[in-house]
Amino acid sequence: MSSPSDTLHESSPAPTEANPHREALEQAYGPLEYSVYRGQQRVVVPAEKSFDVLALLKQRGFDLLVDVSCVDYLEYRGATDRYGLIYLLASTTSNERLTVRAFVNDPEPAIASVVPLWKAANWLEREVWDMFGIHFTGHPDLRRLVMPEAFTAHPLRKDYPLQGRGERHNFPVITRDHS
Amino acid sequence: MALTQPVSQPGASHLDLPENVVVSRLDELASWCRKNSLWPMPFATACCGIELMATGAAKHDLARFGAEVFRFSPRQCDLMIVAGRVVMKMLPVLQRIWQQMHEPKWCISMGACASTGGVFDTYAVVQGIDRFIPVDMYVPGCPPRPEQLIQAIIDLQDKIQREGTITGREFNTRQRQQRKRALVEIPQLLTVDASRNPNLQRQLAGSARDLHDPSDLQ
Amino acid sequence: MSIAPAEHEAHPESRSEDYLWTLNFGPQHPATHTTLRLVLKLEGERVVDADPEMGYLHSGFEKIGEHLTFNQYVTVTDRMNYISPMANNVAWHHAVETLLGIELTPRGSYIRTIIAELARISDHLLCNGAVGLDTGAFTFFLYGFYQREVIYDIFETLCGARFTNSYTRVGGVSQDFTPLVIEKIRSFLKTFPKTLDDMERLLNRNRIFVDRTKGVGLLTKEEAINRGATGPVARASGVTRDLRRDEPYLAYADLDFQVCCASAGDCYARYLVRMQEMRESLKIVEQALENLPAGPVNVGIDQRTALPNKKQVYSTIEGTISHFELAMSNRGFEVPCEETYAAIEAPNGELGFYIVGDGNDQAYRARCRPPSVLHFAMFPHLIRGHTLSDVVAVLGSLNIIAAELDR
Repeated sequence: MSSPSDTLHESSPAPTEANPHREALEQAYGPLEYSVYRGQQRVVVPAEKSFDVLALLKQRGFDLLVDVSCVDYLEYRGATDRYGLIYLLASTTSNERLTVRAFVNDPEPAIASVVPLWKAANWLEREVWDMFGIHFTGHPDLRRLVMPEAFTAHPLRKDYPLQGRGERHNFPVITRDHS
Repeated sequence: MALTQPVSQPGASHLDLPENVVVSRLDELASWCRKNSLWPMPFATACCGIELMATGAAKHDLARFGAEVFRFSPRQCDLMIVAGRVVMKMLPVLQRIWQQMHEPKWCISMGACASTGGVFDTYAVVQGIDRFIPVDMYVPGCPPRPEQLIQAIIDLQDKIQREGTITGREFNTRQRQQRKRALVEIPQLLTVDASRNPNLQRQLAGSARDLHDPSDLQ
Repeated sequence: MSIAPAEHEAHPESRSEDYLWTLNFGPQHPATHTTLRLVLKLEGERVVDADPEMGYLHSGFEKIGEHLTFNQYVTVTDRMNYISPMANNVAWHHAVETLLGIELTPRGSYIRTIIAELARISDHLLCNGAVGLDTGAFTFFLYGFYQREVIYDIFETLCGARFTNSYTRVGGVSQDFTPLVIEKIRSFLKTFPKTLDDMERLLNRNRIFVDRTKGVGLLTKEEAINRGATGPVARASGVTRDLRRDEPYLAYADLDFQVCCASAGDCYARYLVRMQEMRESLKIVEQALENLPAGPVNVGIDQRTALPNKKQVYSTIEGTISHFELAMSNRGFEVPCEETYAAIEAPNGELGFYIVGDGNDQAYRARCRPPSVLHFAMFPHLIRGHTLSDVVAVLGSLNIIAAELDR
């Protein structure tokens, strides 16, 4: 058993410190919005470059795709873009973590699929498509994951109400006489 | 009492019954058999399903109440226990399984989610399965303790004994199933003198038939 | 009966796949334990392909997380992975406290460690019990379930609810340990190893069980990482990643335990890893209980996150103000307009929450990173080439909980 590595809170460098991943990214793609909060490193990349950035990060040791998710910034104070894609990366060898964010907008929000890099992304991207309606170009099987196929809305968007639009009541009633 | 006691009416019977023979109605006998051999179909979707398993497992032992034969095929069961929330995608499955079960059949809605939607007042969760299928017994709790489920099964057994008939006539009450709202529209029979108006008479006859369908009473 | 090749040529659109059986499995099937659906393509008894489908328990957890406050949402996390609700509570409030930047008191973090490990034991008991049940070992399941009842009893003594506990709060927990709870945990620590020995004797060398699980559902290390496996599933494939050791949260840095791994990557290895993890969890609980620090269980009133106790409210002005501010609907605690992700090693993998704060004490977005989704997604890869009867063994060994899968 190897010795416990430092926690995220302790080992994370301050924004001014040299960071090899940041340097490598900026060398390839120019200056990026890089930030650290509570010891967690985040980088914002342009949506059209997201696949290349993630491929580079995978080469640099981030071999585990922890999560692909999305945030709808429709009602967020001061937000300029509507959808923020979130890729949580981790390394199984060095225990580093990195959050990669990319923004897409209406109409027809789309971003490149990362299924060629990580097979884990398959269902995670399907869920994002189901819940937010973001199209992943190059995804092998982009169907709804959790909602029924006949469902039309994307329920986790901020303009969709919590109680829905009456879909949950739209079923035939079976009484004793029917059965 | 499960069976009625031997009736000793003077003149009613000319036979001398032995002591180990009990006279009862056929309905009572059928209900007595049915209530003591409930075969549950566990429609366990969520957390309540784990408590349902706990009810059947070692400590609470549902077998003490004659309802331990869990069968996963709806064709073999007569009691559906809906344990857990039912969502939009699941409801057609629930209805289909309910229709696959043979008569006579009963349904227990176990837990707050199955009965009312519980804490999940969201777009996907059906707000109470009794909107879409008939329910005989509701168990409160989130999730209910196994003792509560056992109590519900005992209550259901009482209900079967009380109301059950061999042909299942107790299920044929159409108005009980459909008019399950607090305000039932009262026919105007009491307020309007309809005897002079044949048109109104026809209407009222129609609404009265709707309420008391003779075919329901057999 | 074989089909003449001429007929094949006559119907160019008919492929060899057309002669496969299609079998629907679920969503209401005893061996799915919850609500999963598989559409299997069979050639005889051999599974050629499987198409898993989920969503039969999707209840909008993430949407409802945007409408409940941080303390209210813990009730919903109970119902997320209902095999181990305590671990979910700990995960949620660990993520919230990461966002708010709250440091727990030593006693609070030790108590959370203990309950998280007890939750892990109860999860593994049910998971392994279900694998046993599906492969025909019913007694094993009953042994496990009886010990779960003991853990339920501990939780009930602790917080009043036996199953859906909602035990943690922002900055602490709802109730402190009482002497009775400690006594019950001690007696559990004494009696449980014996049951564990019995359970291992029942199954570890049981010929039927070993034949049905060994070599079934193979997952290599590379595939495990590429497909995002975490927890016991990944560790059974040789991925030595355990957040308790790699990113020590709560009190794990002070405690001595082993990370249980195996290299085989089959169902039997997953079973063994879980059995061994229960022993390690027992070690952790024992150490944490013996070294349980004294002192307050919640963070102090100067942080204004946890409700102060009654004595502070009635006798100090700070306590009164703090209680008043927290109880008022338009005050609450301060939430930064930031986004954080924090995860714990839940019983079936890395369970994390990505929380976006917008100044209110409700999350703007409460994304849950569910381990079950990624594990269920790899199911077709694991089952291809095996027989129909292996489906339940593989499904059981992945420990998929539908409420967490669909949320």
